[in-house]
Amino acid sequence: MSAVPRDAHSSTAPGWDTPADLEKDPATIPDPATTPVPDALRAEIEGHMALYPNFRSAILPALEAAQRVHGWCAPEAIEQVACVMRLTPAELDAVATFYDMLETTPVGRHSVYVCTNISCSLCGADELYDAIREAAGDDPEFNVRSFECLGACDIAPMASVDGTYVGPLTLDDVPQLLDDIRAGREVLPDKQLARRPCADSGARS
Amino acid sequence: MTTKLLFDRIDEPGLSTLDVYQRRGGYESLRKALAMPPEAVLHELEASAIRGRGGAGFQMGKKVSFLPKGGMDKYLVCNADESEPGTFKDRELMQKNPHMLIEGIVIAAHAAGATRSFIYIRGEYVLQADILDAALAEARAAGFVGERILGSDTSLSLVVHRGAGAYICGEETGLLDSLEGKRGNPRLKPPFPANQGLYQGPTLINNVETLATVPTIIRIGGAEYAQLGVETSTGTKLVSVSGHVCRPGNYEIELGIPSREIIYGLAGGPPAGRSVKCWFPGGSSSPVLTGDDLDIPYDFDSMAKAGTMLGSGAIIVVDDSTPILDVALKVAKFYRHESCGKCTPCREGTNWTVKMLERIDSGEATPMDIEIMASVQEHIIGNCLCVLGDAMAMPIGSMIAKFRPEFEAHIEAARARAGRVDVLAAVGSGAAGGGALAGAAAGATTAVAAQGAH
Repeated sequence: MSAVPRDAHSSTAPGWDTPADLEKDPATIPDPATTPVPDALRAEIEGHMALYPNFRSAILPALEAAQRVHGWCAPEAIEQVACVMRLTPAELDAVATFYDMLETTPVGRHSVYVCTNISCSLCGADELYDAIREAAGDDPEFNVRSFECLGACDIAPMASVDGTYVGPLTLDDVPQLLDDIRAGREVLPDKQLARRPCADSGARS
Repeated sequence: MTTKLLFDRIDEPGLSTLDVYQRRGGYESLRKALAMPPEAVLHELEASAIRGRGGAGFQMGKKVSFLPKGGMDKYLVCNADESEPGTFKDRELMQKNPHMLIEGIVIAAHAAGATRSFIYIRGEYVLQADILDAALAEARAAGFVGERILGSDTSLSLVVHRGAGAYICGEETGLLDSLEGKRGNPRLKPPFPANQGLYQGPTLINNVETLATVPTIIRIGGAEYAQLGVETSTGTKLVSVSGHVCRPGNYEIELGIPSREIIYGLAGGPPAGRSVKCWFPGGSSSPVLTGDDLDIPYDFDSMAKAGTMLGSGAIIVVDDSTPILDVALKVAKFYRHESCGKCTPCREGTNWTVKMLERIDSGEATPMDIEIMASVQEHIIGNCLCVLGDAMAMPIGSMIAKFRPEFEAHIEAARARAGRVDVLAAVGSGAAGGGALAGAAAGATTAVAAQGAH
């Protein structure tokens, strides 16, 4: 039984313990002349900006778009968004580090969010998560993460594979799950939430 | 058989398309509402006495009436960030009947005088957001959303905005900050969003289910809607049931039916041979009830009277196969993760609570840790800008209150496993030593609480 570290304090900002680099120049808005941005990404970001009375509301959709292009919120991705939106990378980093779906470190290609919150945990999610993580190993195809309640407790224990909800999952499903992802197939079609009817029998006429 | 207002033939193929939705009478309520002055629509919402379906249970009609009159920019925000553990009702509504939500939004905007609206949907709901995008495109093309809707004076823009994974963005002011492009930190209230909300303008924020009910209220009339349910909890409610039950899922019920009917009657109760140990009536943020509380009526006031809350309408059932410590630790870890970090009692209190629960499991705790933990919960409640801290403190506090002997036994067993029995012996046997220390800690807690009252 390992001791619970007594001085492990709480902070919700990663890098809380890392001292600021005072040798660096203050963050500036990236110069378009020296920051190439893919046309499609620029168009997508500008499309989002046009939807809101205040363009800053587009920060979240812009970061998600850049993450799709680069695989994670890499410094290059942040630079590109900052350049298009005319903001500093620091402002975007502040936002990116807050949200669970924005990856601030390089990750595997396909996200497998395994819910390990209370309802799924009561149905064996913790063992499922361990099994998926072990089976995936360090294969760069997979980004296996334990996630908070995904809103699919009716198919507990479950996972979201690149946004597709599948469950209830058993330990026996794990090899097929990863295989389907590797092969680019529909993941466990019979277990997809999209096909599930309403549990309320009175809802059917 | 309960009247199905939201779940009426919810699985009909193609219901998410404008074609089928209109064939079933969809957007007739919008036509009816646009022909009424906004005050008349507001009157129906008030007459329905519908209480917010997202968790707070505040009367919707009253909230709409708080928005100031006048021609300034007003906003309507639909809170589709459904992230309360155990809750998955809005998911099914948005996935299978998105037009009902869109219609409800336009009618509510007409009543409130809002000109711009946003659906803030959690980023994890990819399928549901895609379906909403498609439905919105159809609605726009048909003239139900946009400039001068159906030839009326009402105009409304609607944007589907996807979140990126943060429970606190379901808190209304955290949502507003997130929607403005910042970290989702909640704001001090007052001022309330009705006066200073999105972009500091008057904003009406409502839950998906609340807004999705609006077309029905307009169709049958507010007074008719208020006939369903019970006096202070009118109408029907979607309840998500999960955990140790045979038939987890969403069920539409009339508010006020016995909770037993939902847990056993609809969801099949725990598996054969097991019994209910404890259950959360309103998501993991609600104080737990036990197997003795199954006959309490499922409505806002009865739950409040029982020392808990109806919340989002999510019932999580834990049966007797699960140690209470596992439940407490899982719940506390969630709130520690999701704390935005702005307020000290929540940021630090959630962390301390997790560590104390881990120490109980690792054999490093003494009975005094239970007192300290209970004290920490008390000092979180009511002391932060939002109730995320309370959302951990209330259920944990209730578990300590209702399962204290089990926590104490867990401490002893863990200490024995870790070979720490000698320290407990030095302090004194379980009752005497633990009691003296517990008494001292409780005395200190009372003193602090008394000081705090001044």
